[in-house]
Amino acid sequence: MGFIGDSIDSFKSLKIRHALEQVITLGMIVSSALIIWKFLMCVTGSESPVVVVLSESMEPAFQRGDILFLRMGEDPIRAGEIVVFNIDRREIPIVHRVIKVHERNDTKDIDVLTKGDNNDQDDRVLYAPGQQWLQHQHIMGRAVGFLPYVGYVTIIMTENPIIKYVLIGALGLLAITSKD
Amino acid sequence: MHSFGYRANAVLTFSVTILALICAIASISDNFNSPSPTATVQILNINRFLRKSNGDDEVGFTLDISADLQSLFTWNTKQVFVFLAAEYSTPKNSLNQVSLWDGIIPAKENAKFSVKIKNKYRFIDQGSNLRGRDFNMTLHWHVMPKTGKMFADKLVLPGFRLPESYR
Repeated sequence: MGFIGDSIDSFKSLKIRHALEQVITLGMIVSSALIIWKFLMCVTGSESPVVVVLSESMEPAFQRGDILFLRMGEDPIRAGEIVVFNIDRREIPIVHRVIKVHERNDTKDIDVLTKGDNNDQDDRVLYAPGQQWLQHQHIMGRAVGFLPYVGYVTIIMTENPIIKYVLIGALGLLAITSKD
Repeated sequence: MHSFGYRANAVLTFSVTILALICAIASISDNFNSPSPTATVQILNINRFLRKSNGDDEVGFTLDISADLQSLFTWNTKQVFVFLAAEYSTPKNSLNQVSLWDGIIPAKENAKFSVKIKNKYRFIDQGSNLRGRDFNMTLHWHVMPKTGKMFADKLVLPGFRLPESYR
C-alpha cells in the first residue's frame, strides 16, 4: 500500500507547489506593472506620466477616454502648450492649453493663464478664489503624445465600480486557476 | 494547451501588438513632412489703449491675419491649433506671451485663410510698460495627430511697435 500513499503525497505537494507558483506569477505581474510606472515617472520627470482625458473641454483635440503622455522636462512653459495642472483643494487635475505667459526677469518664476479649447472663458473661474495665475508648482506636466480611445476602459470602471470588481475578480481567478 | 481561451488570447495579443505598431509607424511617418507655412499679420486699427484702474496697461486691436498652413497637414493630422501671440519683454519680465487670437483648423481645405478680427483675448500687461513698446507678433501652430507625437512650431513676425501715448 506504500505505493499509493507515496503517490497521494506527491500529488498533494504538487498542488501546493502549483498554488505557490501561481501566487508568485501574480506578484510578478503586479510588481512589473509598478516597475514600469515608476520607471516612466523617472524618465518623464512627471508625477503622473499618463493621464486619461475626462472632460470635453479640449474637444475636438482630445475627447473623453483619450490617453495623454506627459513630460515635465527642463524647458520653460510656453504659450500654446497643453499642460496638466492641479488647483489647490481640487482633486482632479485639469488638462488645458496655456494662452498667456509672463516670465520674471530675475527669478525666472512664471505666471501662466490657461484655457480649454472648447470653453468660452479662460480658466480663472476654475482656479482657487482670488487666484489669477498658475505658477510652476501647480503644473504637473505637459502633453507630448496622444493615443485615442484606450483610456475609455478606466472611465467605464470608475463610473461603474461593479464592473471593476467583476473584472479584477475574473482576472485574478483566471491567473490562479490557469494551468500552464 | 490549445483550448479556445489560449487561442483567443494569442489572437488578441497579436492584433493589439500590430495595432500599436501601426500607430507608431503612422506617428513616425509625420517626420518625413517638411512644412513651409507662410503668414502675414497687420494691425488695422488700435481701438483702445489705456491704463486700467489697477495700473495695468491694456490695448485693443483690429487685426488682419492671413496664413497658408496647408503644408502642415499629413494623413495623420487630426487638426491644427493655430494662435497669434504678442511677445515682448519688459524691465520686470524677460518674456511676456499674450495670446490675441486662436483657431482650430480641422482640415487641409480650411488651412488657407484670411481673417479681420478684434483680439479675442484681452491684451493686458503686468504693469504699465506698453507705451512705445516694441513687440513681435508670433504665429504658433500645434499639430494634433490622429495618434502619436504632437508637433509645434512658430513663425516670428517682428517689427511691431505700440504708440507713445494712450488714446
